[in-house]
Amino acid sequence: MTLTDEEKTTGTGPAGLGVVGWLRWGWRVLTSMRTALILLFLLALASVPGSLYPQRGVDPGAVARYFQNDPTKAEWLDRFSLFDVFTSPWFAAIYLLLFLSLIGCVLPRTMVHLKEIRRTPPPAPRNLARLPHHADIEGDLASAEAYLRSKRWRVTTGDGWVSAEKGHLRETGNLLFHVALLVLLVAVGVGGLFGYRGNVLVVEGDGFANTVAAYDRYLPGSQVSPEDLQPFSFTLKDFQATYIGPGHEKQGQPLDYYAKLAVQDSPTSPEREVTLRVNEPLEADGALTYLIGHGYAPTFRITGGDGKVAFEGAVPCLVNNTSTYESECVIKVPDAAPEQLAFLGRFLPSTVPNGKDWLSIFPGAANPTVQIWPFKGDLGLDEGIPQSVYDLGGHQNLKPLGQMTESPKPMAVGDVADLPEGAGKIEFTGVKEWITLQTTYDPGRFPALLASGAAILGLLLSLLIHRRRVWVRVRDGGVTVGGLTRTEGGDFGEEFAELTKALEHHARAEVKDVS
Amino acid sequence: MSPDRLATLSDQLVLAAILLYLAAMIGYALELAFGRVTETVKERRLVAVGGPSDDLPEPAPAPEPASWAPKAGLVGTAAMWLGWAANVGGTLTRGLAVDRWPWGNMYEFVVAMLLAAVTVFLLLQVRYPVRFLGAFVGVVAAIGLGFAVRVLYTQAGPVVPALDSYWVAIHVTAAVAASGLFIVGGVAAALFLIRKEGPSRLPSRADLERVAHRVIVIAFPIWTFAVISGALWADKAWGRYWGWDPKEVWAFITWVAYAAYLHARATAGWKGKAAMIVSLIAFACLMFNLVGVNIFIGGLHSYADVNN
Repeated sequence: MTLTDEEKTTGTGPAGLGVVGWLRWGWRVLTSMRTALILLFLLALASVPGSLYPQRGVDPGAVARYFQNDPTKAEWLDRFSLFDVFTSPWFAAIYLLLFLSLIGCVLPRTMVHLKEIRRTPPPAPRNLARLPHHADIEGDLASAEAYLRSKRWRVTTGDGWVSAEKGHLRETGNLLFHVALLVLLVAVGVGGLFGYRGNVLVVEGDGFANTVAAYDRYLPGSQVSPEDLQPFSFTLKDFQATYIGPGHEKQGQPLDYYAKLAVQDSPTSPEREVTLRVNEPLEADGALTYLIGHGYAPTFRITGGDGKVAFEGAVPCLVNNTSTYESECVIKVPDAAPEQLAFLGRFLPSTVPNGKDWLSIFPGAANPTVQIWPFKGDLGLDEGIPQSVYDLGGHQNLKPLGQMTESPKPMAVGDVADLPEGAGKIEFTGVKEWITLQTTYDPGRFPALLASGAAILGLLLSLLIHRRRVWVRVRDGGVTVGGLTRTEGGDFGEEFAELTKALEHHARAEVKDVS
Repeated sequence: MSPDRLATLSDQLVLAAILLYLAAMIGYALELAFGRVTETVKERRLVAVGGPSDDLPEPAPAPEPASWAPKAGLVGTAAMWLGWAANVGGTLTRGLAVDRWPWGNMYEFVVAMLLAAVTVFLLLQVRYPVRFLGAFVGVVAAIGLGFAVRVLYTQAGPVVPALDSYWVAIHVTAAVAASGLFIVGGVAAALFLIRKEGPSRLPSRADLERVAHRVIVIAFPIWTFAVISGALWADKAWGRYWGWDPKEVWAFITWVAYAAYLHARATAGWKGKAAMIVSLIAFACLMFNLVGVNIFIGGLHSYADVNN
């Protein structure tokens, strides 16, 4: 939106006007409708790469893979912020210019509109028959004025005429819509500055306290300090998932999953039971915690060559295949003596043999087994280089234990396997499940919602209401009504016809009342 | 009836709808091809009295219209209504078969969207003389349904937990309704570009422009609402109301493009043809968001459930 184009020129700049002149010219160009239109196009165009290239804010793993597969291209793409399109300087430049253009247009239009609202409708033109809508009616000025006032038209009268106007809400709505967009942008910005987001993986039976250290991944806004985090905590009591059973085309598709949490809103508050579902987050003190994903965490007891238990607990495995939940596990046992141990595992929740191999045919844990490939040697945990808990890659000092086979016989729950070379033993003790959670705190949420609501309201007003004027004039003993809509595309003909009918009807009714 | 029988009935009704839409298309097309060229005079009622179409040159004397042409149009209208009924039945039985809102995957969405488009056309036809659109809406509906059945079809069944929410009723319904309106707007805009100035069997460019504008003006707030309700749902389901997921990106692009159309229409030098082209670009974005994002890009919205 902007001032009408007739008032603007976007042609060549004025010559020899000095700094002020140029600034004025620049402002005029920026706030012209044509510029706004071009900026809208640019905004749409600039968003496209955000859907074609993986985005760090959406899927950082995909970005990392892109870098791995094609480092040179990825580097060049990164140079142009194509992995962070929506936080890139050039994207910001476009929307800031657009919003500047918007402000430059809303402000003057608001001034004009305030004046318009207070102004009385203009006097009737001399010849109403020249208007696009006109009709001769039976009636009189007084009844017409009374009728128009009763229908909430703004009315003024003069010598032999009545003038009425309606539809200022159109421009009000238009301005409301555009201001709401500005508020929305501010709300999004506030959310980014004062909000935070964190992801964490929790195994059944384990707990979580909302602190920076407890998160696996923590993304704070620039104005958030660690003390600002809401002091809630919870324990994951149970997780349940149900899937479509065999015999259906969509076998294995999840039907429902939920997690039972025991939540404390602060260390001193009483415990409450919360069931977390996909569309039903946990709310604690304005922070929302969502169930994002889930998987299996088989539990093991691992004994070193010295006969001492070196590890006992759950190992969250990464899901390889979401339709069968075949998962990949890595177990690192730095406490095993005399030599450190490590295991690669393949977890199969519903195991069936398949030739020399085994595979999972269903995501539910109907027949859980795990295949184990043992290693021994130096885990390298003392070298100070951060490692992922999900892979063994890069450990040159690890040696396979015994004969490595393509697909070792899977262990069932309760099975114990002695490791070759007397390195110890491993016991598959049970199956737990893990969930991944995302906690978000966004103080801009509610303002953004209000702004969106206002935007819709403004949009409806500005698109559905038309500004229109009606005049009634007595001339040569007859009464003529003329009408005009100020907005293009307004379908005033029908309303005008109804109005003239109503005016006549009203006049007749008044005559009857008098007589 | 058992869910399986209902699901089969739904499939049969959708096939019936395709055939009926094709029949409607032929009927309307025959009327358009052999009917009276001067029909445009009547269409002028769409334009405000004294509107721009008064300046149009009178159509050149036309060949004598075939006497059966209006009947072909009536047959077209009847077939369109029957096809609409079959389409409603198909969507309804699908919903009953799966016991949820019948727009949970891409197949169902496209069927519902075309139902919305045909509904928009039929409602317009009741109030305004827009029969000329029938042939084109009919062919779009028939091809669209055919595409849905051939490419997107998926067996009736439950949806993933994330989609098992009352937000389907709000967010997806709004998207279906807006898309249906945009389709009719797109058809009118395409006709605008195809039609040359001067006499034609199609109504004047000004009339076509008005039809396109009117439906887009209704569709735009609904689309805005669809995007906002989507954000509300995302806030409940994914922990953020806006995350630049590919579907969100393209919904945003579509929104911006239609906003650009509405602005273009009010900008000197952009009125008319240029604005119509912008509306078609916006429509292309909408279609890409529907087909392209679901099939080629993916993301959190990849619920298309299309067997590849």
